[in-house]
Amino acid sequence: MLAKRIIPCLDVKDGQTVKGTNFVNLRHAGDPVELGRAYSEQGADELVFLDITASHEGRKTFADMVTRVAAEVNIPFTVGGGISALSDVDRLLNAGADKVSINSAALRRPELIDEITNHFGSQVCVVAIDARQDEQGAWTCYLNGGRIPTERSLFDWAHEAQERGAGEILFTSMNHDGVKTGFANEALRHLSDTLSIPIIASGGAGTREHFRDTFLLGHSDAALAASVFHFGEISIPELKLYLKSEGIAVRPPLLQP
Amino acid sequence: MKVAIVKYNAGNIYSVVHALRRLGVGPILTDSPKELRSADRVLFPGQGEASQAMGYLHEHGLDDVIRSLTQPVLGICIGQQLMCRHSEEGDTDCLGIFPADVVRFRPTRHEDKVPHMGWNEIRTENEKINHVGLFENNSFVYFVHSFYVPVCEFTAATCDYIVPFSAALHKDNFYATQFHPEKSGAVGEDILRRFLEAT
Repeated sequence: MLAKRIIPCLDVKDGQTVKGTNFVNLRHAGDPVELGRAYSEQGADELVFLDITASHEGRKTFADMVTRVAAEVNIPFTVGGGISALSDVDRLLNAGADKVSINSAALRRPELIDEITNHFGSQVCVVAIDARQDEQGAWTCYLNGGRIPTERSLFDWAHEAQERGAGEILFTSMNHDGVKTGFANEALRHLSDTLSIPIIASGGAGTREHFRDTFLLGHSDAALAASVFHFGEISIPELKLYLKSEGIAVRPPLLQP
Repeated sequence: MKVAIVKYNAGNIYSVVHALRRLGVGPILTDSPKELRSADRVLFPGQGEASQAMGYLHEHGLDDVIRSLTQPVLGICIGQQLMCRHSEEGDTDCLGIFPADVVRFRPTRHEDKVPHMGWNEIRTENEKINHVGLFENNSFVYFVHSFYVPVCEFTAATCDYIVPFSAALHKDNFYATQFHPEKSGAVGEDILRRFLEAT
């Protein structure tokens, strides 16, 4: 049975991880390559590296980091942050990334999805969507890390992204992100049940039960989290054993918890 | 040991190069028949579309070269599919090393998404399959594909997604995996190491 995926997300600024100060047994806790390798050895199924640098020099540092990750990590990884043109995608895939995640640039110019998938195939194109639910229950997509609202609804945009060839949707609920009260399972379930591409849940992980719920109730194909892993609140081997005991198909942990 | 990777138009071979380097091997990337024939091991990886890939191989005379190799050869992903007789993708005649026909997944339930992407379990306990010593029963490996090789007499490991299919094939000196050993963590590294040690 196809395993549900557990994906740690690393925010990278000027070549260093931004969170992740409390991670055990690392010589350089701020080194994204070392942190990524540690997660891989613990049984993470994929990694996401997000470039949150704004400067040109920072972008180059990030591409160098991607090359090092590709050399040292033996599981698939996605890179995102600041990708706005086909040339960005080409550079990052050439550096060894398996997939790229696009967000604001796709909302501004949806044809970017077609261009990426026509050039490199659907499997490399993850469309990340940040959305907030209003009091009436409507979900609106946001630009620039959740700072600027758009006219688009989550479900319409996710469908359009799929039609244009996106390989996966990475949906972050801004209402749930950072609150640690669980994922936006109702919206995730609607996405998963109406789209034919995999849905990655993001935003809200606080306990291992939240991961179970997003797989069982949210029908998510994968779950992404950052701080609960970086601060050691949840260990990946323990999480995998727990999910397995709850009847969820997971790839077994490589290390004993 | 001289390890060659077939250079053609089906991209993303970087991860295979890195995986081999982690095993202490510095592979060469080449489309030279002489270099390919003289290598101790040949890898034939790739991602791409079957008819374009076969067109390129034929144009460059690489189809005959790959067919006639006598050292251990490992096809990966589209490599495995191209080593079969025919692919439904672009209605393409392929290399014909494995007498099997590649077909597209046809989902029967909504949750059966195509491509089959992610980690899935391979099995080698079926007594009818080839036990080649490369693959471990019940291990998880990483797949990304929309087409597959049905289970046949050359199947070396099976996987179940929508239907049972060939996760790996073996015939004489030719090995092939539908999954990506270079992206399959420690399990995949073991598979590549055993391939390099195969006699």
